[in-house]
Amino acid sequence: MDFTLHIWRQHGAAEAGRFVTYPVRGISPDLSFLEMLDVLNEELVGRGEAPIAFDHDCREGICGSCAMVINGDPHGPLPGTTTCQLYMRHFANGAEITVEPWRARAFPVLRDLIVDRAALDRVIQAGGYVSVNTGAAPDAHALTVSKQAADAAFEAAACIGCGACVAACPNGSAMLFTAAKVVQLAMLPQGRPERARRVIGMVEAMDDAGFGNCTNHYACAEACPKQIPARFIARLNREFLNAALTSREFVELARPHEHEE
Amino acid sequence: MNRLVRLFRTSIGSKLVVAASGTLLLGFLFVHAGGNLLILKGPDALNGYADWMQGHPLLWGFRLGLLALFAVHVLTAIRLARANRAARPTPYRRIARLGARLPGRLMVFSGLLLLAFLIFHLLHLTVRAVGPEVQPLLDGAGRVDVYGMIVASFSEPLTAAVYLLAMGLLGLHLVHAIEGLFQTLGFNHESYQGLIRLLAPALTLLLVSGFAAIPLLVISGALGGG
Repeated sequence: MDFTLHIWRQHGAAEAGRFVTYPVRGISPDLSFLEMLDVLNEELVGRGEAPIAFDHDCREGICGSCAMVINGDPHGPLPGTTTCQLYMRHFANGAEITVEPWRARAFPVLRDLIVDRAALDRVIQAGGYVSVNTGAAPDAHALTVSKQAADAAFEAAACIGCGACVAACPNGSAMLFTAAKVVQLAMLPQGRPERARRVIGMVEAMDDAGFGNCTNHYACAEACPKQIPARFIARLNREFLNAALTSREFVELARPHEHEE
Repeated sequence: MNRLVRLFRTSIGSKLVVAASGTLLLGFLFVHAGGNLLILKGPDALNGYADWMQGHPLLWGFRLGLLALFAVHVLTAIRLARANRAARPTPYRRIARLGARLPGRLMVFSGLLLLAFLIFHLLHLTVRAVGPEVQPLLDGAGRVDVYGMIVASFSEPLTAAVYLLAMGLLGLHLVHAIEGLFQTLGFNHESYQGLIRLLAPALTLLLVSGFAAIPLLVISGALGGG
């Protein structure tokens, strides 16, 4: 198969980027999108040009690294799929394909298609964990978890933190990511003791990172390769409003860092 | 830090402000539309209602409260919208249109046009600085002849068109607003989400048709009796 690629090239975070057009020929329909880029990179290196930089790791749809917007869709046109699981047979022969990095103030471009997604790590650091005592493994049946709670927690836990929700959102909002991480732990007994401080910390860290605000378009949920539903955002709103209006933590714990413009 | 100050400095707290003020404004609009429809009962009912309101001791308290609600709603929404624009400094070459349907994308646009309409509407029917001269200004019972003013105004095709256009914009604004309001306040569950998706257009249609009925009836000659 033959394609015409328009790919964002940017040498560094401080430099201006631009689209460069690359024709690729004789591509097997069974190559993944990343393997197609590998083929193009071999060609570029052979010509003495810099290869196209892109993030990738597991190439089996679970690490969340392969961030790129393909023809206007984060992770490409196939629903519920990461870029690494997208195959060239999903495109028409001769198609023109535009490839761009995630675009968000909170995700500065480092090089070509690679963006710095540390802003999501800062949201996790602000509360996306549970504190447990180490020692012997607890009895498996020591804490009761209902089937319903386990299922909801698992659905939220499917989030791989790829940032497609931010990339798809017209406002560059990270609400779906934050919602998934907050809800996953709020549903489980292990997450209860830190429930209020978690949601307060994570929402304020999300605001501080320069993400936009949710305006209920749900583009995030449509772009999500793990198909996390937008109702988790409503649950995040509920969790946060509950903590903000009723918890002592909201009054007694200081805001860790103020917004930096 | 004060609980409410800290809440309103967050994104979710700010959205709560927009949603809560919007809900109160929506309540006002339903009362307003209900009052307007007294025109169907004739000049006496409408003029009597207007006269009762004009003489009400809480009139100015109510007006100032509405002004505050509008100011909070508009200013908070503008602050959020500016932050949203700043969150994506470099646009996509190809825009991801995923999910972001038109009424939602046009909230700021429809909101600002509605604000302009609101100013025109107040100048037109409250201050009466624009629009047709109504003679006589008072009806037989010595009350302001609101009925005559409405019929004279909407008999002008341009004025009626402006009002009808504004009601279209209101519908565009509310259909996204009502659905989003439940989400922002934290209500979204598979078991009733279908109902909310029906409720948003149904309430919007009810309100907009209540308002739009009056200019349409005047234009068609069913009101005012020629």
